[in-house]
Amino acid sequence: MGQQQSLSITVLDPVTTSPGLFQSMVAVLQRDLRLSIRQKQDLLNPLLFFVMVVALFPLGVSPESEFLKEAGAGILWVGALLATLLSLDHLFRFDYEDGTLEQMALQPQPLFVLVLAKTLAHWLATGLPLVILTPMLGMMLFLDGNSVAILCLTLLIGTPVLSLIGSVGAALTVGLRAGGVLLSLLVIPLYIPVLIFGTGTVMAAAGGSDVSGHLALMAAMLMLAVILAPLAAAAALKISLSAS
Amino acid sequence: MTEPLQHADHLLRAEGLECERDGRTLFSDLSFSIVPGTLTRVEGPNGSGKTTLLRILAGLNDNWSGQVYWCGQPRQKHWDLVRRNVLYLGHRPGIKMLLTPLENLQALVAGRQQVPGRVLGQALEQVGIGPWSHVPCGQLSAGQKRRVALARLLFADEPVWLLDEAFTALDVDAVAAVERLLEDRVRQGGAVVMTTHHEPAMQGMRRIRLGGAGEQGPVTRAVGEVD
Repeated sequence: MGQQQSLSITVLDPVTTSPGLFQSMVAVLQRDLRLSIRQKQDLLNPLLFFVMVVALFPLGVSPESEFLKEAGAGILWVGALLATLLSLDHLFRFDYEDGTLEQMALQPQPLFVLVLAKTLAHWLATGLPLVILTPMLGMMLFLDGNSVAILCLTLLIGTPVLSLIGSVGAALTVGLRAGGVLLSLLVIPLYIPVLIFGTGTVMAAAGGSDVSGHLALMAAMLMLAVILAPLAAAAALKISLSAS
Repeated sequence: MTEPLQHADHLLRAEGLECERDGRTLFSDLSFSIVPGTLTRVEGPNGSGKTTLLRILAGLNDNWSGQVYWCGQPRQKHWDLVRRNVLYLGHRPGIKMLLTPLENLQALVAGRQQVPGRVLGQALEQVGIGPWSHVPCGQLSAGQKRRVALARLLFADEPVWLLDEAFTALDVDAVAAVERLLEDRVRQGGAVVMTTHHEPAMQGMRRIRLGGAGEQGPVTRAVGEVD
């Protein structure tokens, strides 16, 4: 082979030869949803946990409708928050252990875009089912129709924020063997503002005031989390990968 | 697409690489080039930093000093280019136990290459996984899982391949088939860097030797050996 002979292999241009951002996000989403459907207990465990936590309050505190009506929104929010927390440790752990995360970090697309797709899949598999289950549990706690509707709306805006904030904690602790507890300690303080606004909105609605301001603030939190959390999680994942 | 590669082009060039792990220097002042049409074997005993070196070249590890160039330019200015042109297969190759071989391949290449499903199916046939292409990978043996991971190489278009322990768990015939595949790839102008404990029967192989740090301090040499 001569020194000047051309070879049949060329350097590839990432823009023209690899799939676009949207396509690669859809691929990640599709894979993760497929995995959730095949791993049914991962899908069911947070839901069962949610139902049980909520059921503990009437049993442990008081089954009086007065108390439950007042505390119902808070109970459901705390239940949803803990159920989300329970599922977070799995968000990146399996991908980290089997090498999928390495391959994602090496894709030509920026990692935060793929992390956003993963977080969306996480919310679709855990947050959304929690929201769907809420009306039933709300009625169990004697909440009236209007409160249940507002509660579902706040959870619909709030649970994606929980998944997004949680993704940062999960990314930071993915390389640790016993990361679960540390993850809770890291993430719970960051969940507090979401919880306060979530329950506050339902209280305000029950008190008869206009809640559009509350909802707008929650939506602002969601927007902020959508923009910032994937960036932070991607940076944390790179650190976790670099140390492995 | 850019110009076809020449034999003299440096795809990757490492200069003065130094890496420390747990207070131990794995290698220092390590310089070498990865040029088209070559196969480079990273050699050394267990724990000498072979995997670490490949991860540094892939861009997964940040705990090192020195400089890595891509086509003559500092690598950090061209990350998207480097990621698209370097294929890294680690010893954990990203195979999901709950997905079938076909779904696994689809998910793995989805972000890198547009590959029609027919080509993926053919690649699985070729590595002997055809009859199992719709069985979850959790039910396959270790060697079969490795075959699924290596099926990517049949259609991968990246000019640089970094393969970490690619032969693990493969039977004799499969090892020979992978060796033939790598030889063909190198003949076409691809650059392959691999770690393996098995001595490949390949001609014109280059070697990067990483020394065990225990006995005589870190010994690192990049040898441009022909044979």
